[in-house]
Amino acid sequence: METIINTANGIAAKAVQMARPKVVAAYPITPQTVVVEAIAKHVETGELDAEFICVESEHSAMAATIAASATGVRTFTATSSHGLLLMHEMVHWAALARLPVVMVNVNRTVGPGWNIWADNNDSMSQRDTGWMQVHCASNQEVFDSIIQAYKLAEDGRVQLPIMVNYDGFILSHTSMPVDIPSQAEIDAFLPERVPCWSIDPKNPVSHGNLVPPEYYMEHRASMQNAHMAAKELFPKLANEWKEKFGIYHGGLIEDYKLDGAEYVIVTLGTLGAEAKVSVDELRKAGHKVGLARIRMFRPFPAEEILRIAKGRKSLVVIDRNISPGYEGVTFTETKSVLYGNSNVPVYGYIAGLGGRDVTYKHIIDIAMEAVNGKASPDVTKWWGLKENEVIS
Amino acid sequence: MAIKDMPREELLLPGNAACPGCPASVALRVILKALGENTVLTIPACCTAVIQSLYPKTSFKIPVLNMAFETAAVSASGIKAGLRMQGKDDVNVVAWAGDGGTYDIGLQALSGALERGTDFIYICYNNEMYSNTGVQRSGATPYGASTTTSWSGKTEHRKDLMGIVRAHNIPYAATACVAYPEDLYNKVKKAMSMRGPKFIEILAPCPPGWHFDMSKTIEVGRNAVQAGAWALYEVENGKTTFNGPSKAILEKKVPLKPIEDWIRDQGRFKQLFKPKRDEARIAELQAQMERDWDKYRRIVAGECAEL
Repeated sequence: METIINTANGIAAKAVQMARPKVVAAYPITPQTVVVEAIAKHVETGELDAEFICVESEHSAMAATIAASATGVRTFTATSSHGLLLMHEMVHWAALARLPVVMVNVNRTVGPGWNIWADNNDSMSQRDTGWMQVHCASNQEVFDSIIQAYKLAEDGRVQLPIMVNYDGFILSHTSMPVDIPSQAEIDAFLPERVPCWSIDPKNPVSHGNLVPPEYYMEHRASMQNAHMAAKELFPKLANEWKEKFGIYHGGLIEDYKLDGAEYVIVTLGTLGAEAKVSVDELRKAGHKVGLARIRMFRPFPAEEILRIAKGRKSLVVIDRNISPGYEGVTFTETKSVLYGNSNVPVYGYIAGLGGRDVTYKHIIDIAMEAVNGKASPDVTKWWGLKENEVIS
Repeated sequence: MAIKDMPREELLLPGNAACPGCPASVALRVILKALGENTVLTIPACCTAVIQSLYPKTSFKIPVLNMAFETAAVSASGIKAGLRMQGKDDVNVVAWAGDGGTYDIGLQALSGALERGTDFIYICYNNEMYSNTGVQRSGATPYGASTTTSWSGKTEHRKDLMGIVRAHNIPYAATACVAYPEDLYNKVKKAMSMRGPKFIEILAPCPPGWHFDMSKTIEVGRNAVQAGAWALYEVENGKTTFNGPSKAILEKKVPLKPIEDWIRDQGRFKQLFKPKRDEARIAELQAQMERDWDKYRRIVAGECAEL
């Protein structure tokens, strides 16, 4: 094991290089660009034996990745925000074509106005495409998740694309030490892709042709089954990684100081990293608060949410995103799991949109609203809003 | 290559879902005879997505990757890269798209693949409208033609797509027409012999879209070329050569015919004749055809770089 210090973007490029994809197609966008630059360099120097397709848009990046993946090789692309949204049609396409594409999405706010800082609205808007989604809270987790993502996506029971998300700038441009296994260890964990099907003149099959109503639903149902299989497999992969390399970020959810917790903060991404500091402080002050950081957002860890809710006084969900006209997406998802299964109240907070800083102190204040019985289950509360600048 | 000498084997199988008289199925038969079995086809949303017939069946005897409307060219880039990394660089990778998927929604991806130098053949079968969605106006629709989004006749001329393609300085670009299958076959063969991006555009007269009898597809195509409304030529490493009847027109051995000879029998132009003859619009179509040929002559004479 070697320890290197780099930003999440640099670490992502390193992980991709070690996963040995054969085709990478990508387009630059802040704050993801460094990933593409580094991979292009790895290909040029021969450190990565792959074709780098320098496409003219993100829509084409995903299209080229899909087409290359359909020939049976391992593929990669990376994007962010508007790039992800431009891809949207092909994001659906990759999932319905059942191709194990791995994509890094560096979470960035959607404009206008232009905003390059972190929030999750970009990836949340891809929730229903059929992609698996992992959200990371450290550069180590970025490295480990990319390698694990390939193994999960390419598993014969899964065959789905997967998006590895991390927050723009907060991780993408922040250097941290990361432990990197050797290439031989990575190769042993992640052997070459064995495709379930591929485009090959020796086997003249048409892929993706017109599917009438009497067949389409079965395609969707098969995809749903694949997600359920992935939900079982992902924690096993996390455990395998722990046994081999001694590094563990949790399974579908990372539990943090849940033993004896009366109140549980539920969030994802780097808010989950910040919330650990808050929990430490709250515990020191005698408040029984724990953290459940959602790692895998799709498939959604419903059973895990139920397990975590059991016996608590309340759950406090913090979303760095909003479904306008309703509420934070994770808040909705969490409540839907509990409906009919649990009477534990759930409180929803919107924080950090457009990259607004959310510190451990803010999260302490949010949690204390629940502890002090001041939180309301009826409405989503916006945290840190400058009320006088909001048009009503 | 005479038709009788082309390979007998059909790679577009009988029983496909093409309309009677469909030019795309004629062109597909010819190009696949030239390409052979060691070929991968990628097709975006277009009539051929229907012609191939419904899942779980297919009418193609070569592998086909269906892709989204605007992605034919970039899909070829992905396929080529994937195959090359597996040592299968000998496979012909062909993007097959309609004029909507080429002139309009797929133009950006086409430009990208041509600029990147993807080693593939892009074939546009041009029926001068969005046939598959029920005859809407495209960038390839000629001036004066009625479509369901230009009911009284299109008010703009078609885009000079070959000029756009040529501006990418690719090794080979050619036009063809379903009425001249030998010419088409030879052009595909020539494209196969070259590395890098190759582009072929085929005029594909569509009976239900152009409103002519389904038995007349070849005749309408032949009339287009003989009248000078469609030119057959190829641009090989920058050198332009006119083929077949178009060569005689270029060299003025055969005069340009009145455009009327070509448009009169097509229902899509009937508003130019009924309820009364629209001299101005007929004259504009004629003038555009003459401008096109003037440009062709200047290109061949080396007076003009752009096509």
